[in-house]
Amino acid sequence: MYCLWCDEEILVEVNWTNFLLPDRPKQLCEACEKSLQRIEGAICKLCGRPSDVEVCMDCERWENDAGWKGVLTFNRSVFQYNSRMKEMIARWKYRGDYALLEAFRETIIKTFNQTFVQVRKDTILVPIPLSEERLFERGFNQAEALANLTGLPCENRLSRIHTEKQSKKTRSDRLATTNPFKIETKIDRPVILIDDIYTTGITLRHAASLLKKHGCPKVYSFTLVR
Amino acid sequence: MLNIASSLKSYFTPSYSWVPSSNTKQDDSIYSKQFAGKLLLRQEIPLDDPTLNELLHNNLFTTLDSIEKYIWGHRCRRCGNKKKHLFANIPCARCNHTHLYCRKCIEMGRVLECEPLYYWTGSSPTWLEQEEPCGWSGELTRHQQVASDRIKEMMIKGNSELLCWAVCGAGKTEMLFDGISAAIKLGKRVCLATPRADVVRELLPRFRIAFPNTEIEALYGGSEEKQGAAQLIIATTHQLLRFAHAFDVMIIDEIDAFPFHADSSLPFAAKRAVKPSAATIYLTATPRKQQKRRIEAKTLPTVFVPVRFHGHPLPIPKLQMSFTLNKSLNANLPPTSFMKWYQHYRINPNRQLLIFVAKIELAEPLVESLISLHIASGKDEITSVHAADPDREIKVQQFREQKLKLLVTTTILERGVTFPSVDVVVFDAGHQVFDEAALVQIAGRAGRSPDDPTGEVIFYHSGKTDAMVEAVHSIIRMNRKGRRL
Repeated sequence: MYCLWCDEEILVEVNWTNFLLPDRPKQLCEACEKSLQRIEGAICKLCGRPSDVEVCMDCERWENDAGWKGVLTFNRSVFQYNSRMKEMIARWKYRGDYALLEAFRETIIKTFNQTFVQVRKDTILVPIPLSEERLFERGFNQAEALANLTGLPCENRLSRIHTEKQSKKTRSDRLATTNPFKIETKIDRPVILIDDIYTTGITLRHAASLLKKHGCPKVYSFTLVR
Repeated sequence: MLNIASSLKSYFTPSYSWVPSSNTKQDDSIYSKQFAGKLLLRQEIPLDDPTLNELLHNNLFTTLDSIEKYIWGHRCRRCGNKKKHLFANIPCARCNHTHLYCRKCIEMGRVLECEPLYYWTGSSPTWLEQEEPCGWSGELTRHQQVASDRIKEMMIKGNSELLCWAVCGAGKTEMLFDGISAAIKLGKRVCLATPRADVVRELLPRFRIAFPNTEIEALYGGSEEKQGAAQLIIATTHQLLRFAHAFDVMIIDEIDAFPFHADSSLPFAAKRAVKPSAATIYLTATPRKQQKRRIEAKTLPTVFVPVRFHGHPLPIPKLQMSFTLNKSLNANLPPTSFMKWYQHYRINPNRQLLIFVAKIELAEPLVESLISLHIASGKDEITSVHAADPDREIKVQQFREQKLKLLVTTTILERGVTFPSVDVVVFDAGHQVFDEAALVQIAGRAGRSPDDPTGEVIFYHSGKTDAMVEAVHSIIRMNRKGRRL
């Protein structure tokens, strides 16, 4: 096997345990694996970022706003957005290196199942959509690719109007944008929104508020990084 | 049967027969300048769909499959990748099929199996006719002149290869001017490629001065110019991934440098970028085994320049055994014999000192301990650089301007940089990063200027390696060759 990120060959040391019971083939070499930081330990109970206080400053601001209060039940993420993760997301999403997702597969599935063990039964996954132009440009929807890993039913119930990239805007620009989503069909079951990054939380909240307006009882979200 | 044999052959030795032969008709339309010799992805062509479709309809552009298929594998036509683990499947939203893409060259835009590469098959561009393109009026030494004449002859004749084996500090760039000038007079298109972007940045102003009326463009990752529409192109070897059958003359500087010799995509792209009738010139101070073998077998014509432009011999490295080397370096201290040399035996203490270390982690702590040992008075006299250092260029510039007395560096400064008057030491020269080529290049940093043509070079080691011995031998051999001439 070769490391999906740095292309170094991964050599597995053979011992009695993995001689008798072979390990799953590793997708990242040890050094690259170490450079990723998983979100573990104390987190903000709303947005899921590592935090010592129960509700972080950002979420407090959201919850104090009457228009946004309780729109998103909670968000959970797998990795922290450190510099290596930034590089990896850039290659995966913007360069379009689809296979890089395999590097996160196991961790994503594990975290997802742990987080949503109670609610997963009758929820529907809804990936955040891309506009048609952006989908053509990228060749794949990164949120859909993430959603497909979990093995739960996944439905495209939203569509998106083409706007400028979120990542090119500042925080205040992002918060001022109008809702870029349109609903295709209504959902009356709880929903887990799937996206790649939770930055300010505005994108997920736009989608969540639209779903709720059309009769969805509860909206959670799950992202790769926070 | 014949079919399988030929496809086997083309799998192992890439053939470029799929590149359409270029149109011999010439005109000076904007398109022909901009697109001739380019192998592009759709998103790299700044034209809207109707315009491109019309050009395709008129056979001015031709589409080519981007990935070659073999029964036993694939090859990316842009970067030559045929490693299985560097191809992956993507459920493509453009064509709604799952198919391959190349992961190797993805940093330069993704090559999808469902999308073709575009190649210009319209007329070839014409360039400004010039009586005397070269404005450089310096003089060459006798040895430079010999090499320069060979290079010129080659460039005019075409259809061949030449290796120019010139020692560090021989003045390689000046030897090219005459030949390039002749090529430009004949209306040929010239490319000077080098593995390193900082060399491109350094060469561009020199060529702009030497060829004031010629269109010159510099291409490297992040360069301002991206068109590649000039007659003379100075580029990193990575940029050649976007060219096919484009150049009549190709000069590859420092063929033995990283990453050119380590990444098979780059020689693949360099070979594809030249026309079948082109002249290819390789420049190096330290050829690798592969080239040496071809020199010995006399299949690669070679011209030597064994003397520096100032005529003095190369400084020969001293090998200094230090039994406690590893112990000292583990404690982030310089070897004891270095201290002795520095305090008592240094021939010219006014020179600056360049210290090479094997690992990045050693550079910074060593700076601290050299200050505490009073070798340097403080941070204004000594600093360290490594590849990932954001201030790298500023620090090197400060050292060049003699604002710093000492510089601790990893192998990134082994080549391409010139400091007027330095001594050079290597700590742990037996480390595997210091191969023969690296050591010869490092030794070549000393004695570059005619005002101070000597300099001490000391390799501190805890046991001689073949690389050290070979490096010393090859320097001695070059000096002997230089004396004989």
